[in-house]
Amino acid sequence: MNQQTGVNFGASIKDAVIAGLLALIVFGPIVGVLLDGYDFSARPGDLATIVAVVMFGRFVISIFVQSDVGRKFLYRHAMKEDGVTVTAPDYKSKMYYILPIVIVIGLLVPFVATKYILTVVILGLIYVLLGLGLNIVVGLAGLLDLGFVGFYAIGAYGLALGYEYLGLGFWSMLPIAAVMAAIAGAILGFPVLRMHGDYLAIVTLGFGEIIRLVLTNWTEFTHGPNGVSAPLPTLFGLEFQRRSREGTPFHEFFGLPFDSAYKYMFVYLILFVVVLAVLYVKHRLTRMPIGRAWEALREDEIACRSLGLNHVLVKLSAFMLGASTGGIAGVFFATYQGFVNPSSFTFFESALILAIVVLGGMGSTLGVVIAAFVLTVMPEMLREFADYRVLMFGILMVVMMIWKPRGLVRVTRKGFATRKGAVK
Amino acid sequence: MSQENILEVENLVMHFGGIKALNDVTFNIKRGSVSALIGPNGAGKTTVFNCLTGFYKATGGSILLNAGNKQTSVVKVLGEKFKGSDFINPAAFAERVKYKMFGGSHLVNRAGLARTFQNIRLFKEMSVIENLLVAQHMSVQRSMISGILNTASFKNSEEAALRKAFYWLEVVHLTEFANRLAGELSYGQQRRLEIARSMCTNPEIICLDEPAAGLNPSETEALASMIRVLRDEHNTTVLLIEHDMGMVMNISDYIVVLDHGEVIAKGGPDDIKSNPKVIAAYLGAEEGEEVSL
Ligand SMILES: Nc1ncnc2c1ncn2[C@@H]1O[C@H](COP(=O)(O)OP(=O)(O)OP(=O)(O)O)[C@@H](O)[C@H]1O
Ligand SMILES: [Mg+2]
Repeated sequence: MNQQTGVNFGASIKDAVIAGLLALIVFGPIVGVLLDGYDFSARPGDLATIVAVVMFGRFVISIFVQSDVGRKFLYRHAMKEDGVTVTAPDYKSKMYYILPIVIVIGLLVPFVATKYILTVVILGLIYVLLGLGLNIVVGLAGLLDLGFVGFYAIGAYGLALGYEYLGLGFWSMLPIAAVMAAIAGAILGFPVLRMHGDYLAIVTLGFGEIIRLVLTNWTEFTHGPNGVSAPLPTLFGLEFQRRSREGTPFHEFFGLPFDSAYKYMFVYLILFVVVLAVLYVKHRLTRMPIGRAWEALREDEIACRSLGLNHVLVKLSAFMLGASTGGIAGVFFATYQGFVNPSSFTFFESALILAIVVLGGMGSTLGVVIAAFVLTVMPEMLREFADYRVLMFGILMVVMMIWKPRGLVRVTRKGFATRKGAVK
Repeated sequence: MSQENILEVENLVMHFGGIKALNDVTFNIKRGSVSALIGPNGAGKTTVFNCLTGFYKATGGSILLNAGNKQTSVVKVLGEKFKGSDFINPAAFAERVKYKMFGGSHLVNRAGLARTFQNIRLFKEMSVIENLLVAQHMSVQRSMISGILNTASFKNSEEAALRKAFYWLEVVHLTEFANRLAGELSYGQQRRLEIARSMCTNPEIICLDEPAAGLNPSETEALASMIRVLRDEHNTTVLLIEHDMGMVMNISDYIVVLDHGEVIAKGGPDDIKSNPKVIAAYLGAEEGEEVSL
């Protein structure tokens, strides 16, 4: 820690000038020149404002880090002790108190929130599912998968096409889509899982693109870029449309006036229960042999093999389970949108899901839930800044990598009470 | 099959491109013995281990493991190339396809051979106890359903695994570190943990690659007595690579000396001590000059 006290204004001014020059170079061509047809006009005013803001900001930050408070702040964040910790054997997670409250609030949301908020929260929950699925593959098993969106697409198109060609509804497609995605995961995984790191990332990236291109180009089957409509879930056969083709719709059965919010409430409630179930399974998996094997594989594959673990099958199980979660998320996405087309399944989507996992903290369940909401709900809330979405996304990532490279929530491992040792 | 020898290595050859790391290595390891593989740096000792444990596919020769009441050919379980005769014999063909798809070094461990590594390979970001639980993967209840529902049979199996893990922690004197991250342990502790982890897979023979490297004399002494415990109380055959001659001569019943990928001597400690080829190899290695024998 720097022991020198007092604020050195000279240095701060120097910092501010350097930052200003950099801003001039970066923003000069972008903001300072306005294209106008074949002509262009200079906009020195805008440029001056931006540069002034940057210089002022840099000056304030520079002064701040020289103050006592700022120095303490830097010191705290310079210490990288946010790695993995093992909890004491008798440690009781605060989650035991928080979780029931969250569940109650979660169940009340559809009855108090407006339709708009509800749709945003549904989207958030879909990304929670996606994040949890990818977290198994990337966070636990350490396999960099850049084509996760492929499994999401399989789930979504599974529902839409299954309805169109086979007349299967939401409830039958939910498990079938999970199985289909898992099988796709196995087909992709078996030949490529002998690869490591970068190679695997490239192959999976290709896989995601192949799925999207097939969906786009196989027009006879998938209707290509025009997309397909997807059915809504039914409540014991009651539909949520204004008019039902067969039987009575939900609102007539209960004698309620038609309101399109009912279908979102219903989708939300199912999704909420599914997310809770997935969270529970995820929680159990990390305490099961298979979950430990995934993490061991991430740590050291060679050591795993020397202990009798079939690394290909262990990786494959992670890949399949992650994929099936992605497939379930896809079904919810399709039913919530009522329509799917290939443009929802671009590489940017894969990158977003990966960002959720990295931001949340590799392997941390709570972190993934928080990050999923931050990254999906925030852009909705800040609609006015929609143009800057990707920019803000980038800034967030850079800031995170500097301050919390291991994610928002630090990973804890369960401690075990000492026992009397014995061998059978 | 020979019950007396747990491991039979015959004419083992390993080439890396033009480098001939092993030339025709032949030796047998007796069941219940403590044997040592010694030789100067670069002699090919670790390469022998990697072939035995299936991490390298031997260029030639055979490795037979007589453990678990059956004979395992290490070369075969790694998945061999198809031969012409396979296309006539469907059973042999099916077996080869099976090993090609699902074979690998993990089968060598399941057949009863465990190992440690010269450069320690622990699961650093997992706790010490979890390292030992992973090693018991093949013997615990692995059903997804019972694990997710946390059934009684699952709990019992986990409890048994924990007890076994704590047993081995006691043996290697690491009980108080059970809930620390493996990566946080000191070097000597990590070496001991790695031995405990291999022992958790219930091997009949354990191969230790330089277990005493980086240990001080009293720790080396403790290690030697631990190795005796492995043999005497757990009927485990021990094969170790070691540079500490004091320890090797002290604990081993049988020594194989390797130099430039060839076995230059094998026998009891006393024979080896007085063998002129061995002395020359070691002196030659130390002074960096060629000694022709
Ligand atoms: N994967 C590999 N690729 C190419 N050459 C290798 C490989 N592994 C080992 N070798 C070569 O084989 C020879 C024997 O190496 P090995 O690691 O077996 O020696 P060692 O006897 O274990 O030595 P040390 O006592 O230093 O551990 C060396 O010349 C080495 O360069
Ligand atoms: Mg070596």
